[in-house]
Amino acid sequence: MSPLKIKKGATSHSAYDLRPSFSDKEEQHTLAVLVENEPGVLARVIGLFAGRGYNIDSLTVAEVDHLGHRSRITIVTTGTPQIIVQIKAQLGRIVDVHKVNDLTVEGPSVERELALFKVQGTGDHRIEAIRLADIFRANVVDSTLESFVFEITGTSEKIDAFAELMQPLGLQEIARTGVAALSRGN
Amino acid sequence: MTKAMTGARMVVQALIDQGVDTVFGYPGGAVLPIYDEIFQQNSIKHVLVRHEQGAVHAAEGYARSTGKPGVALVTSGPGATNAVTGLTDALMDSIPIVVLTGQVPTFMIGSDAFQECDTVGITRPCTKHNWLVKETDKLASVMHEAFHIATSGRPGPVVIDIPKDVQFATGKYTEARQVETHYNPQVKGDMEMIAELAAAMETAKRPLFYTGGGVINSGPAASQLLRELVAATGFPITSTLMGLGCYPASGENWLGMLGMHGLYEANMAMHDCDLMINIGARFDDRITGRLDAFSPSSTKAHIDIDASSINKVIKVDIPILGDVAHVLEDLLNVWKARGRKTDKENVQKWWHQINDWKKVDCLAFEQKGKVIKPQYALSRLEELTKKHDRYICTEVGQHQMWAAQYLGFEDPNRWMTSGGLGTMGYGFPASIGVQMGHPDALVINVAGEASWLMNMQELGTAMQYGLPVKQFILNNERLGMVRQWQELLHGERYSSSWSESLPDFVKLAEAFGAKGIICSDPDDLDDAIMEMLNHDGPVLFDCLVEKHENCFPMIPSGKPHNEMLLGENADVANAIKSDGAVMV
Ligand SMILES: Cc1ncc(C[n+]2csc(CCOP(=O)(O)OP(=O)(O)O)c2C)c(N)n1
Ligand SMILES: [Mg+2]
Repeated sequence: MSPLKIKKGATSHSAYDLRPSFSDKEEQHTLAVLVENEPGVLARVIGLFAGRGYNIDSLTVAEVDHLGHRSRITIVTTGTPQIIVQIKAQLGRIVDVHKVNDLTVEGPSVERELALFKVQGTGDHRIEAIRLADIFRANVVDSTLESFVFEITGTSEKIDAFAELMQPLGLQEIARTGVAALSRGN
Repeated sequence: MTKAMTGARMVVQALIDQGVDTVFGYPGGAVLPIYDEIFQQNSIKHVLVRHEQGAVHAAEGYARSTGKPGVALVTSGPGATNAVTGLTDALMDSIPIVVLTGQVPTFMIGSDAFQECDTVGITRPCTKHNWLVKETDKLASVMHEAFHIATSGRPGPVVIDIPKDVQFATGKYTEARQVETHYNPQVKGDMEMIAELAAAMETAKRPLFYTGGGVINSGPAASQLLRELVAATGFPITSTLMGLGCYPASGENWLGMLGMHGLYEANMAMHDCDLMINIGARFDDRITGRLDAFSPSSTKAHIDIDASSINKVIKVDIPILGDVAHVLEDLLNVWKARGRKTDKENVQKWWHQINDWKKVDCLAFEQKGKVIKPQYALSRLEELTKKHDRYICTEVGQHQMWAAQYLGFEDPNRWMTSGGLGTMGYGFPASIGVQMGHPDALVINVAGEASWLMNMQELGTAMQYGLPVKQFILNNERLGMVRQWQELLHGERYSSSWSESLPDFVKLAEAFGAKGIICSDPDDLDDAIMEMLNHDGPVLFDCLVEKHENCFPMIPSGKPHNEMLLGENADVANAIKSDGAVMV
């Protein structure tokens, strides 16, 4: 082996994590993947999901530590528990991946998504749109005489609900960022 | 102290520092600076192959037989794309190789330049890791890290793509010891799990070791510890195709290979055991057969360095993440400390059962008449070569399975075959790589005529470097394995499974300046094999064998282990149902 500085001994990874209790029901999990900010790292992660046929419900990525050269990828995925375990193990195998956390099972976490909504309309529709936006704590970030652009932050469910309400009121376009998530407390 | 040098020089320096003595390669525009450096030194031998696929398989053969990483060097574009099959092969079988590819200069990347291709994009899914190095200052550290990643954890192929301007430019050379890496896979297993396995071994009535390529990849110590453990416990042991040699074929507890074309006793034991100890194998579909009927009543332990192998297809009860040698060492110690207990009485009964299965003698065959049976050819080859310092490669097909069944492997690293990818054309270049690593050994490639033709150009390489590789071709004039499946599954409609317009192999050998031997009479076989062995140089041995012999035993696809077909009289036509036929 090449003479590298290799830390000796076992890591904190326990084999008990590998002991399964599998059901066949599909579950949605939010995974936080801390990666080396290298060219191609996102392609590796996406290629893994595409190549092995896993689902991506949502994916966000950005650098989170400039000096440490780290990016965080948040992936929301759906699968049976066995597949979820497999996805985490496969992600952990990518050389550029430092850490994989399953926020869905590792204690409480918060999830947020930001979305921009363009809603077109006049008269009552316009009034109703602004009223609902207020209830949902959405901000108006652009407005013309016949349209608004709302900015809304919240869980994916909240954004889904907002979209449903805006639909009959002249919803034209939505842009969503996908989920960002963090574990709560320490 | 950091030295300044050109990128091309760094490549050669890093190879030397990593202890590389042999590089298999093929030049082209994008690697000319590296070839220029190779020309001006004497530490590293360069073997000019005749096709880049050959370079990668040769590097695999070298790696598998020496335990050291193999190295290949190819040019950009077509050189890189030709390497893809070998990379995928190495990924599937966890073979540590480092492949260096040339690339167009950085300022031309993305412009569809001559011989440009997206090498890191194309090879991303077929490497363990890859790099496009855009700065000469980073080249040396990437080279060192590449060797570390290829060889540690679960080994595998890596690619370093080096643009031509990076090779010409001057930069700082980083020494291997200055390189930091975060890639340090866990090697020690969890002690509580190991104790749990030891406890399970103490009470098992029908235990079985199921070993695989991971034992070989873990290094010679792993095979040694495995032998100790088997001797100490008295448990039976079987192995996958990739694990042959980790336990000696002549060993008392050996049941032979298991799986689709494995031995009856091995598969029956797998089906009936109550404790399965998987050591470095991965529950491949060639092993498990029908998943829901796979070893239904066993507690399953699995030792593997790759967490993604554990619970991937088969749910296990005692997962142990770690390197085989490390885990076996701890397991042996724990088991001894607990008093070396086993359920002797029941294990004894288990052996009686196994010995009954052995009496079926599933590999029996009769050599009658004037046509050589492939099984007979391999039995004679075994008899006449087993005392040699011998390395065996194979191609892919029936001959490969017969070689696994009829040749005996006493030690690890002596058996080079394409298991996961099943790459026809692997064996010949692999044998060249093996011979480079073991100049004085007897290296034989057991081939099918069709597979052998896939990389036959490498006969030029063998001649140029005086590599006395023996190509033992079981010539059935058929794509035998395909033909067998067509017989069993497609109503004997032999669609395109003939080897027509075959060359005269003797003349072909002679055209390259090699020796050709043809043999068709069983009575001449021994003399012909001796002639092959006694010739100091590459030999092409055209062994004309029975054309429609089938490879048995066989677990038909979609069937459990205890429904295996044993021979020509088996009810083959009815054995495979349509749901099994969709599987390959
Ligand atoms: C590159 C490649 N192409 C196709 C196949 C499918 N295949 C598997 S075995 C086989 C026939 C091999 O024929 P031969 O080398 O003569 O061996 P035999 O089975 O006759 O011993 C084929 C075509 C393969 N494994 N690899
Ligand atoms: Mg053939």
